[in-house]
Order: sequence, then C-alpha cells, then structure tokens
Amino acid sequence: MKPIIEIQNISKRFLINHQRLPYVTFREKLAGIFQASEKKETFWALHDISFDIIPGEAVGIIGSNGAGKSTLLKILSRITPPTTGKIICRGRMASLLEVGTGFHQELSGRENIFMNGSILGMKKSEISARFDEIVDFSGVEKFLDTPLKYFSSGMQLRLAFAVAAHLDPEILIVDEILAVGDMEFQRKCLRKMADATGQGRTVLFVSHNLPSLKSICKTGALLRDGKLVKTGSIKECIDAYASIHHRHESILDSVHYFQPFIVIKKIIINNTESNSVLVETDDLSISLYVEFKKRIAFELDVHVKKDEQVIVSYSNFVKNDVRIFEPKEYRIDYSIHLPELRSGKYKLDLFFTEPFISWFAVSENTIDMEVVNSHHHTFLNSTSLKWGSVLATGVYETKIVEI
Amino acid sequence: MIKNFEYSIEPSRKKFYNWKELWQYRELFYFFTWRDVKVKYKQTVLGVVWVVLQPLLSVLIFTLFFGHALKVPSAGLPYPVFVFSGLLFWTVFSASINAAGNSMISNAPIIKKIYFPRIIIPISSILVSSIDFLISFIAFLLLLLYFQVSIDFVAIVFFWPGAVILMLISTLGMSCWLAALNVKYRDFRFVIPFGLQIGLFITPVIYPISIFQNVWVSRVIAINPLYGAIMLFRAPFGLDINSVELTISTLSGLFFLIWGLYYFRKTEAYFADIA
Repeated sequence: MKPIIEIQNISKRFLINHQRLPYVTFREKLAGIFQASEKKETFWALHDISFDIIPGEAVGIIGSNGAGKSTLLKILSRITPPTTGKIICRGRMASLLEVGTGFHQELSGRENIFMNGSILGMKKSEISARFDEIVDFSGVEKFLDTPLKYFSSGMQLRLAFAVAAHLDPEILIVDEILAVGDMEFQRKCLRKMADATGQGRTVLFVSHNLPSLKSICKTGALLRDGKLVKTGSIKECIDAYASIHHRHESILDSVHYFQPFIVIKKIIINNTESNSVLVETDDLSISLYVEFKKRIAFELDVHVKKDEQVIVSYSNFVKNDVRIFEPKEYRIDYSIHLPELRSGKYKLDLFFTEPFISWFAVSENTIDMEVVNSHHHTFLNSTSLKWGSVLATGVYETKIVEI
Repeated sequence: MIKNFEYSIEPSRKKFYNWKELWQYRELFYFFTWRDVKVKYKQTVLGVVWVVLQPLLSVLIFTLFFGHALKVPSAGLPYPVFVFSGLLFWTVFSASINAAGNSMISNAPIIKKIYFPRIIIPISSILVSSIDFLISFIAFLLLLLYFQVSIDFVAIVFFWPGAVILMLISTLGMSCWLAALNVKYRDFRFVIPFGLQIGLFITPVIYPISIFQNVWVSRVIAINPLYGAIMLFRAPFGLDINSVELTISTLSGLFFLIWGLYYFRKTEAYFADIA
C-alpha cells in the first residue's frame, strides 16, 4: 500500500531576531541600510525528518517541549513552509491545531458553527447536513442564538469540539487540544476520534497525555531537539521517551541522609535510574545497591502518593522478619505488586529505615511515577462515574443453587 | 478510500496564484465577508442605516464648507452631486485599504492555526466595503433624481463599468500590498490612516481637476488611479475626459494590481511565522 503521507528530509529553520519582536519596523530597516546588518542566529526547529504514514494508521507524535512537534504539524498542515525537503500527501487533510479557530465573540452559536466549520474546510452543505448532529454533540442547543461572548468558556469549548468532531477528512491532524476541558467531554471526543481510526482514517496526534496516546495510536514517532529519534510502535516510542526524559536527574541525587551508616550506590526502579518512573502493569521492581558501614538491621519502605498528600499504597516489608546486614555491599531486589492504580501521575517515596527505630535516609516527593494502565481505558471511558485513584477489586464469589 | 488526489508540500516557490485552489475555497470568501458584515453592525441601534448615513453626512459637511463657504467650483453640477460622485469612490477605496491593511493582523490567530489561501482575507475586506458601496450607490441615484441632473445614458453603459473596474483593481492591488507590508512592518498601521487623509486632498474628489492650470500637475495627480475612475464616473454628467490622464491612471492602476498581487504572493508563505 502506498503511504498516505511521505515525509522526506524535512527541515525548518527559524531566524532568531535579537530584537525582541519577530517583525521589524520600517525605521530599523531604514537604519539597516546604513549600518552592517546585525548577525541573526539561526535555529533549526526540525532537522532532516523522514518517515511514511500508512493509510488508516493512528500515529502519536511525542517529544518534550521544544522538540519540534508543533512545527512539524504546522508544516504538515501547510501553515508554514519547510526550509528544505518535501512532503507528499494523498488525501484530504484537516488540521485541528486549536479548537474554535475563527470563533467570533459577537456571532451567535449557530453562526459560529458555520464560520468554524467552513474555516476547518467543511462545505456549507456539509455543515447544514450535520448541523443537528453537531448541536446534539455540543449540548448547547438552548444558546444557539446567543452571541458567543455570553457563553461560558466550557460551553465555547464544547461547541468547538462538536464542530471538530464532525470533520470528515481522510487525514486528521490533532495538536494538544485535549489538555483542556472537562474530563467527561474529553473522553467523548477521544472516543469519537478512536471511532474514526476504526473507519480507516489516518490520524496524527500530538499530546503529552501518554495514556490517551497509547489508547488511540498504534504507531509513534519520537522527536527530540528537532530530530527524529525513533519510529515504531507507540509503546516503543513511549518507552524511549521515558528513558530520555529526565535522564540527567538520578534518584541518587534526591536521597537525603540522616545517618552515616549506609551509602546507597545505585537505585534502579523499573529499569530506570532516573527520577521519572513508568509503571505499566501495576508492577514495580526496585533494585537497591547499598553498602553498610556496620552490622545493622535495614528495611526499605515504599509509599505511593497521589497529589503529594494522599498515600494510596505502602509496602509491607517491615512486617517481614527483621533482616540484619553485614558491613558489606549488597544488591537487594524488591518486587511490588501495586493495587490497580488509575492512569496518571504519582509520587514514589523511599524510606531507608532501621525497622521500628529510625530513618537512615529518605527520598521524598522527588520521584515521579507515571502509571499507564491501558487496559482500564475503555472501561473508564464508558461511564460517567467518578473514579478514585485506586480501583480496589474485591473478591466476589457466586453460588448458584437451583430450587 | 484514497482517490487520485495528491499534493506536495515544499519550500515556497514563487509560483503565481493557484486559481483552482482559490475556486475550491470560494465558500470561504463568502464566510469571511458575511462574518465581517454581521459583526460590523452588531449592537448598533441604527445598524445598516449607518452605511447610508456616513456618506450623506460627509456630503452635507463638504457641501457646507467647500461648496457654500469656500465656493469651490463643481464643473456645472450641483455641488452635492459633484462631491458625492467622488466620495462614493473614495469611501470604498479608503475603507477597503483601512480594513484590508489591518486584516492580516486582526486575523492572525486564524492564519497561525489553519491553512487557506491568504488572499481570501484582504479580498473579503474589499467585498465588505463593496457592499457598502452598492448601498450608498443607491443613495447617490436618489440624489441624482432629486437634483434632476441631466445624464447621458449611453455614456453610462461605457464609462461606469470602466470606472468601477479601475477602482476595484487599484483597490485590490493597494490593499494586498499594504496588507503584506503591514505583517512585516507594523509602521503601516500608522502610515495608512495618514496616507488616506492626504489622499482625499490629492484626489479630485471635493474639487475639479480644472482648478490646476498647469497640465503637468494634472498628469502627476493622474498617477493616482482613483482619479481616472472618478473621471470616468463623472463623464456621463458632461464632464470632460482627458485621454492622456486616463491612460496614466489606467496604467498606474494595472501596475498597482500586478505589484500588489505579486508582493502578497511572494510574502504570504511566511505570514504565519511573523504575524
């Protein structure tokens, strides 16, 4: 099958003007005629990016801030041209770099649906045909003839999403737009987009929301400092992203010592030594390389916290027999099966203790733990109930007696 | 699923406009114009009445000061008819340039987020002013009836379309050029209103060109294409057409059209980066 998008050696250069403004004033230009022009610094926002996208594929583009994700999307959506390279597209494309592009505060809800839809590339007849559907989806039918300026920001957003969700292009480009809005409505939109990929539409999706990327996309592309670092399955890309992310900050730096009897040499949590941990199957494995300066009792206590305050899980190592260590170096492997945690960000705290007596050292509030539980997703999406951080599954037994 | 539909994205080349693409986006002309017309008179009490009121008040003031007080000649026409015939064209020209000149800046949030042929924006600004033009044109016809001005109807058929076309091409050229310049040099936000203020006085709107005795002064003034347009428009009322000056105006109008469109095309690819 021919790729629907072929990206060939795309680079984008920006000139950094050392004047504060990107545009120049005529006076400066005039002045420039008489003096040697100021040296402009060039900056490559993208450097030699090449990859193909197969029709019907949902591609997640990931990378930290400034990696060039948005620039790539802008080039793909033809807002700005590349400096070098070429992209071949074989399909009608719509891009959603923002929701509600072209909304005008003075126009009514109805008028804005037409304005926004038309700017996004829908024909007037298409908008009319889907008008009722859009209004239904947005849930703002009572305010259709009210000027947009009297809408709450939430209502404006719902209206904007409703129009966007009814676009019907062959290629859809979506930038970080799901970062806003209420959770319930976000899920509704995600579902709508996931449906679309089922129908063979190609979707390019940029987000920092790794769980949602994982649930929608099959393949991924990882950008770093304007270069394409990895393409492949979304899981591989997210793993690679997690490992380059925060590489410079190791857990060791965050350990605060209270007593001189132990020296922690190395800590590996789920294959990373960085303070950004990815948890995927509720399993946490910690390898601790530690040297004891005297014969001593030692245990590691682990807390998982939500919102820096609420402890959602703690280890029960302390309940084991107290273990005495010789003044030597050890490697201790801990494996922890966490309760079913909802996808999201958590903190992992480590307490290096002499059981029931005191702390040797502590690492508190510094290790970020990201939980990605993709198997929860469809389940969580399908309901409007409020969920806590822990999904504590009880043991249910059924006994059927025929009477 | 995929039709035989393919396009490529490349570093911008200085190809001229893609007319086929403009045609595909034709509905967007309508929507931008429709939006600006709607928004313009929202929350006003008099609404569309302003379209007629604005030129009528100008005619009244010019008639009082220039016609009556200063006794400016009006080539045998009643002064209100004379000044309105000029103001009709001047108003659409200056309103278009004002709106189109700032249009790329005021629509910057859209330009940065979505692709469409950028030229739609300044053209829509001109279309908005053209609608105002049509309405005040009707008011002008009523004024002609009121003063019972004698008109050469055969001349209308020849000259009025020519006048409108010359006015439109020069407006289009100037608007696109200034819109593109304004994206890069914000100075034009200040230059445009000032230039238009001067423009009203160096265009024979409120006085006839005959007040200049020197033929070279008239020819320099004819570089302003609006002069040619107004001259054509006034011809059916029995005013003379100077063919040399008309040629100068027409050539100048064509030059502005080509230059404006060329400059806009050359710079439009980078609007999103600098707007």
